[in-house]
Amino acid sequence: MDTFRAEAENLVTSRALGYDQKLRRLASLAGNALDYPPLSPLCAEALEARVICDMYEGNRPITPRYVLPDYAKALRNGVAHLELEPPTTLDDALSFLTILYSQVPSVTTYPVHLGDLDALLEPFVPADLPDAELDAKLRRFWIQLDRLLPDAFVHANVGPGDSRVVRSIWRVERSLRQVVPNLTLKVDPELTPDDLIEDAVRTVFVTGKPHFVNHPMMVADHGTDYAVVSCYNSLKTRGGAHSLVRLNLKEAVARHAGGLDAFCAESLPHWVELTCELGEARIRSLVEDQGFFESNFLATEGLVDLDRFSLMFGVFGLAECVNELMAREGTDARYGHDERANVAAWTITRRISDLVAARPLPYCGGGNGFAYLHSQSGIDLDLDTTAGTRIPIGDEPGLREHIAACAPHHALFPAGISDIFHVDETVTANPQAMVNVIRGALEVGMRDFTFNLDSNEFIRITGYLVRKSDLVGVEEHGARHSSDYLAATAEINHTVTTRAVKRVIAAELNPRG
Amino acid sequence: MTTGAGTGLVTDVIEFSAVDGPGNRFVVFLQGCTFDCLACHNPYTINPCIDCGDCVASCPSGALSVDRAGKVVWDAATCTGGDTCLDVCEYDSTPKARTLEVADLVERLRPAVPFLAGVTVSGGEATAQPAFLRALFAQVKARFPTLTCFVDSNGDADLATWDLLDPVLDAAMIDLKCLDDDLHRRIAGASNARVLDSIRLLAARGKLFEVRLLMLAGVNDDDDVLERTGAWLASVDPRMRVKVIGFRHHGVRPSPVPLREPTAAQRAHYADVLRGVGDFDLVVV
Repeated sequence: MDTFRAEAENLVTSRALGYDQKLRRLASLAGNALDYPPLSPLCAEALEARVICDMYEGNRPITPRYVLPDYAKALRNGVAHLELEPPTTLDDALSFLTILYSQVPSVTTYPVHLGDLDALLEPFVPADLPDAELDAKLRRFWIQLDRLLPDAFVHANVGPGDSRVVRSIWRVERSLRQVVPNLTLKVDPELTPDDLIEDAVRTVFVTGKPHFVNHPMMVADHGTDYAVVSCYNSLKTRGGAHSLVRLNLKEAVARHAGGLDAFCAESLPHWVELTCELGEARIRSLVEDQGFFESNFLATEGLVDLDRFSLMFGVFGLAECVNELMAREGTDARYGHDERANVAAWTITRRISDLVAARPLPYCGGGNGFAYLHSQSGIDLDLDTTAGTRIPIGDEPGLREHIAACAPHHALFPAGISDIFHVDETVTANPQAMVNVIRGALEVGMRDFTFNLDSNEFIRITGYLVRKSDLVGVEEHGARHSSDYLAATAEINHTVTTRAVKRVIAAELNPRG
Repeated sequence: MTTGAGTGLVTDVIEFSAVDGPGNRFVVFLQGCTFDCLACHNPYTINPCIDCGDCVASCPSGALSVDRAGKVVWDAATCTGGDTCLDVCEYDSTPKARTLEVADLVERLRPAVPFLAGVTVSGGEATAQPAFLRALFAQVKARFPTLTCFVDSNGDADLATWDLLDPVLDAAMIDLKCLDDDLHRRIAGASNARVLDSIRLLAARGKLFEVRLLMLAGVNDDDDVLERTGAWLASVDPRMRVKVIGFRHHGVRPSPVPLREPTAAQRAHYADVLRGVGDFDLVVV
C-alpha cells in the first residue's frame, strides 16, 4: 500500500504529465492493485522472470486489447447507445465517426482502429464535390483526429482500390504532416494501380506513412473484413484481440541447454504452453469476470462479435535466440547473413506456429479456436532484445537479402509481422523504384512492407511514428501525444534516432507503474 | 579487353539502384572506357588491368596475389573493401574487375527480378563490349520479359554498335559534356562527333531516355556554351528529357584543370538557361 500511495503521489504531482495522462495512469495503478487471474506456479514464475509477458496490460483487463468495430454497419444502422441516426451527408458521416471513435475502447484507451476510411466515406462523396472542398473537409477531420485522439496507435486503412477519398487523404497527409492517424494501404497486385502506390510512396517521403500490406495474404487468413490496427496488428473487423501475450525467445534459449533440434523438440512446447496458459487466464478474466461482451454497447449492438476475437500470441528476440543456438553449434552464422542461421530461424517460427495451432483456447472464434501468431515488435523496456523476428538494428544486410531472410516468416504470422527498411533519400527522385520494391516484397511473400527515409523528420520508433522535434524535452515538459512518452523512453534505450529506426512498442502505459 | 559474346569484363554489380534509369534497376558496370574524362567519378573503370602487380603488396588484407601465369588475382572472400588497390593503381584500373559469363550475371540477377523495373549496363563504357552487351540483354529479355534493358553510355559508339543492340535495347541514357568539340576534347580527351550522332540516332529511334549534362563550374557552364548545347538538343527533340548533374568531387582524380562543384544557385541557373532554348523535361540533381 505504501508503494501504491507513493506512485499515486508521484503521478498526481508530475509536471510532465497532462490531466488525461494522469487520469489514465491512476486508473492503471488502481487496476493493478487487484489480484492477477489465477496462474499455475510455473506460469507465474515464467511471467515474473519475463520469459513470457502480458505486455503490462494490467492485472484485470476491462477491455479487449484491440477492438475493431464494424463502422460500415454503424453508418448503415446508426448507433442507438449514442442516439446517432445513420448519416446521409459527408459532413454527417465525419461527425458520426468522430463521435463513435470517442467511445471505442482499447488497451491504449484510444481507438486503435478507424476503419477503411475510403470505403466508409466514398459513398458520401457527391460526384460534383470539387477536390478542394473534399480536401478541406478531410483536413478538418484529420486535425480533429490528431487533437482528439493524440496517440500514434490510432490507425486507419485505405485501399486496395483507387478512389477520390484515398487520393485526398494522401494530399491531406502531405500538407498536415501529423503523427495521427497511423495509416495502412492495402495492396492487391491485381487491383491496386501503380500510380496509387506511387502517390502513397510520395506520402511516405513526407510523413513516414503509410505501411503497405499484402491484401490477398490478409484475405486468405482473415477473410475480406480485416484491418491493420495499432502497430502491424492485422485482425478481423467486427472482432479484435482479447490480449497479447508474448514469448521472449532470447530468454527461452537462455534456459535451454542444447542446440536447435532440442530447443524445438523440448523447450518450445513448454514455453508455448505457458504463454497460452497466460493468455487463457487473461481471456477468461476479461470475458467471464469483467464481462466486457455482456455490457459494452459495441457488443450489445452487434458492432463487435465475440466470435471474431482471438488471442495474439507474440514472439520476439528471435535474432538473439538463433545466433545463440548457432554459437552453441560451433558456427558464427548470423541471422540475416548466413543461410544456416536463416534456416534455423524459419524452423523455429514454423515450430511455434505448429504448436500454437495445436493449443485450443476459449473465446477465440476469430482464429477458429486458436491464437493468432504475431511477431511482436517490442516495447521500450526491451533492452538488448531484438523486436519480433527482425534482424538486429545496425546488423541488417542489403535490402534484397534482408527481404529474403525475413519474407519466409511472414505467412506464419496472421496477426502481423514487420520489418522496417531504411532507404537512401536519393529514391525521392525516383518513387517508381520504391513501387517496384514494394510489389516485389509482396510477391516474395511479405505480409507488410514498411520503409522510411534516412532523412525523415518522422521516425518509426517501433511501428508508430513520432516527430523527432516532439521528443525534445519530453521528460521535462510533457508531450501532447501519449505515444511520445513511450518513444522518448525507446529513444533513450535504443538510440533509435541516431541509426536505423526499427523498434516497435506495444500500447501500454506506464508498464512498470 | 574481352570482347567475346559469352564473357565480359565486369567491374561490379549493384542489385538495387534508384539512380540509374526509371524504377528500381539492377546495374552492371563494365570495365574499360573510350573516354578519359577529367571529371570521371569512377576512374578505376577506365582501363583493363595490365597485371603490373603494383597493388598486390599494398593490400592490407592480403586479398591480392599473382598467379603462375602472372595474372593479378583478387579474392573476394578475403577483401575488406578498403580500396587501397584503387588508390595505388597508376593505370586507372582495378584488380577487382572479373571476366564473367552472361549466365553468371543472369544468376546474380534472378533473385532480384521481382523487385526490378529493369537492368542498366553502365561502366566504364557499356557499349565498348557490344557483343557481350547484346548477349546479356538477349538473355534478360528471354528469361525475364518484364524487365527493360537500358544502357548508361558516354555515347561514343558507332552506328554498327547501336544497330547490333537495337533488337534488345529499350533505351539509352547518354552523357554529353558540351556541343563545342574543342572544349569536349579538353574535358573528355576525345571528340564528341559520335556522341552527337548517337543522340540523334537514338532520338530518331525513340530510344533516348535522357541526355545527361555534367556541369563543371567554370569549365562548361558559360551561358553561351550551355545555350548552344541546349539549342542543339532542342533541334533534336525540343521535349527531350535532360538531366542537369552538378559535378561533385567524390571519387574524382586530381585534375590539371581546377574543378569546382556548382552551387545550388548555379544549378538552378543552368536549368533557367536551358528552359530558354527548349521545352525540355528537365531534372536537376
